[in-house]
Amino acid sequence: MAKAPARSPAIAGDTPPADPMKTNRERPSDPRPYEASKEELLKFYEDMLLIRRFEEKAGQLYGLGLIGGFCHLYIGQEAVAVGLQSALTEADSVITGYRDHGHMLLCGIPPTDVMAELTGRQAGISKGKGGSMHMFSVEHKFYGGHGIVGAQVSLGAGLAFKHKYSEDGGVCLAYFGDGAANQGQVYEAFNMAELWKLPIIFVIENNQYAMGTSVNRASSEDQLYKRGESFRIPGLQIDGMDVLAARGAAEEALAWVRAGKGPIILEMKTYRYRGHSMSDPAKYRSRDEVQAVRDKSDPIEAVKRTLSETHGAKEEDFKAIEQRIRKQVNEAADFAESTPEPEPAELYTDVLVEKY
Amino acid sequence: MAIDIKMPALSPTMEEGTLAKWLVKEGDSVKSGDIMAEIETDKATMEFEAVDEGTVTKILVAEGTDGVKVGTVILQLAGEGEEAGSADSAGAAATKDDSPRGDAPADEQKKSDTVEDSAHPAQEKVDTGARQLFEAAAHKSEVSDPDVPAGTEMVKQTVREALRDAMAEEMRADARVFVMGEEVAQYQGAYKVTQGLLDEFGDKRVIDTPITEYGFAGVGTGAAMGGLKPIVEFMTFNFAMQAIDHIINSAAKTNYMSGGQMRCPIVFRGPNGAASRVGAQHSQNYGPWYASVPGLIVIAPYDAADAKGLLKAAIRSQDPVVFLENELLYGRSFEVPKLDDWVLPIGKARVMRQGKDVTIVSYSIGVGLALEAAEKLAGEGVDAEVIDLRTLRPLDTKTVLKSLAKTNRLVVVEEGWPTCSIASEIAAVVMEQGFDDLDAPVLRVTNEDVPLPYAANLEKLALISADKIVATVKKVTYRK
Repeated sequence: MAKAPARSPAIAGDTPPADPMKTNRERPSDPRPYEASKEELLKFYEDMLLIRRFEEKAGQLYGLGLIGGFCHLYIGQEAVAVGLQSALTEADSVITGYRDHGHMLLCGIPPTDVMAELTGRQAGISKGKGGSMHMFSVEHKFYGGHGIVGAQVSLGAGLAFKHKYSEDGGVCLAYFGDGAANQGQVYEAFNMAELWKLPIIFVIENNQYAMGTSVNRASSEDQLYKRGESFRIPGLQIDGMDVLAARGAAEEALAWVRAGKGPIILEMKTYRYRGHSMSDPAKYRSRDEVQAVRDKSDPIEAVKRTLSETHGAKEEDFKAIEQRIRKQVNEAADFAESTPEPEPAELYTDVLVEKY
Repeated sequence: MAIDIKMPALSPTMEEGTLAKWLVKEGDSVKSGDIMAEIETDKATMEFEAVDEGTVTKILVAEGTDGVKVGTVILQLAGEGEEAGSADSAGAAATKDDSPRGDAPADEQKKSDTVEDSAHPAQEKVDTGARQLFEAAAHKSEVSDPDVPAGTEMVKQTVREALRDAMAEEMRADARVFVMGEEVAQYQGAYKVTQGLLDEFGDKRVIDTPITEYGFAGVGTGAAMGGLKPIVEFMTFNFAMQAIDHIINSAAKTNYMSGGQMRCPIVFRGPNGAASRVGAQHSQNYGPWYASVPGLIVIAPYDAADAKGLLKAAIRSQDPVVFLENELLYGRSFEVPKLDDWVLPIGKARVMRQGKDVTIVSYSIGVGLALEAAEKLAGEGVDAEVIDLRTLRPLDTKTVLKSLAKTNRLVVVEEGWPTCSIASEIAAVVMEQGFDDLDAPVLRVTNEDVPLPYAANLEKLALISADKIVATVKKVTYRK
């Protein structure tokens, strides 16, 4: 956990004031990295690889003009969603912003349905009417896929409200980025979530850049895990490039929330390798910066190393997984390219549920 | 010399009230700030404070008296340490109370138990625009609603009570329905529309929110996405501008963007449109804004029966509904059918008065003015048909066009701005689908195209009136 930088000048007096952030109420423990079995590690590896290969393929299809509009890739951030969502149960719900493909795959939505939505086809999860940023699956308790920065935070509080109201034991995992963390409604939602002790984990995926603006240029308090303090919501800062740290944080956060202690914030320090969207030339950072993260902190490589060094996994094991994933992704892409576009009549369906 | 203390108007719609309790007796000396009485309005019990110092010489209205008209002298004070007939203080007090603007009650009252009300059209006969709207709302439909079965007993109810009953009935029937908003629970509703709901349903289902419209509109919308049926009350729709992102981007588009798999059954409700003397930021009709959005249902009822039947339909709907009420109408009483389950169809206009010479189309509080204008016109030999749209989206163009085919002339009346209005929309629909039936251009009677001013005379000039409707109808019927 990162130390809070000393920002304010010392107040006159001999004894430094006690750190109120540590003493005035119960705090969650600093989470420990999850101790995964070899099977679990292999599963994490495979899930992360699926997201990466899926996103690479989406990027390719975008380049070919098969995917249009805005398309935000999750490459580099895989450990966050894989670590956190691996701890969820069927009662729990997930909501996020527009960088949503990875979260959807982890909810169990078939890659074909997601990819076909990206290409705007009838077989897409939203019948081709949503697109990359607007995908949902009530069946898989994935509630979007929202294109307005920060909207998912209030909506997520609403999903948590539902969990509490119907006493279904569920927790809402509401993801948002470092950019959304500066939206006003986030704090309106924080206030109500703590006031009503809603079962929600606010996950700040801090990938360092809100589009092209770095956290430091946009946030007066750049230690985003502290953003809940005024609302008495505890926060933890987690290495989001480490899937075991992410899973460990999820365990701690879920225990906190399920014990009825109200919401908690997880700031996941992560990094996206690609631009904000496909049309982002990413001039705001250097190639070296990106390369350094890839070389030193890649979440998939890290798990691969652990698997081979600690669990004796062999190169052919990884190759088999790689082949399986590539096959799955290629099939999704082939399907998404060949399956038909929506019928023109679909233009007018689903505007309203009922007839009036 | 005695100072007359008069029955105050404690709400914009109050014309009389109950003197619930005297807290002073004859011979008591009072000073400014002392609470002298409790007075019941149609919404709440309010404390009535002294503003003058003196000794109570006479209580003129006994406690427990109902129906005390606003302006009735209820108590007399003798100014302390003054000779009877001291011109100064008597003059000051009397002038204040007798002034035609009648500001005194506003100064004297302590609004301990009700909203930051708008002005007081009822307390004085000052001729404001809102007063015209309010008074016109005494007009009832002259045609019985075909949705009411013949022989149904009708009971008198205010719009406020009708809305409350609609919510209570639906909450009893469906455990997924809950109400959230500012002051809806413990305070019993800023405009007392949710009165009694907390007692019956508890704080799990009647939820006070912080003053965070964007946030709680999002929470409600998220809960609806999760499968609940929220009723989100906005204290007024003026404040819902902060939440319009969730109403439109989150609620209205969900079903479409999800290919029909994710529902958002939510009702956003609250007062909309001009109230009385509350100025530009609190006086706007958002009907045209929301009615332009596919994926939303927009309802704006006029009378109590429609308020009840349509709110129940709104709560039952699987679609997101914007339900636009009107503050000036809350205290107005209308006949409501006494039925176990009075639900009206959404998207159906209603003929409020039958006529053959001209069709006047309106909705919400404009309907009262349209009916008043129709009465005046009848006296001049013009037989007007009045249509209440009731639902703004989807618009019942069929009923409008059918009436036009009969009358061949059409005027749209809207308490709102003219530009990009419901009135413009009706005019466009008539051009496209009813052109051959027109014997005159469609004309609009709307508010002036300015932010609503505060000054009474300017406000009156800005708002629609029955006289403006009459003048406009004469134009399309080519009469002088």
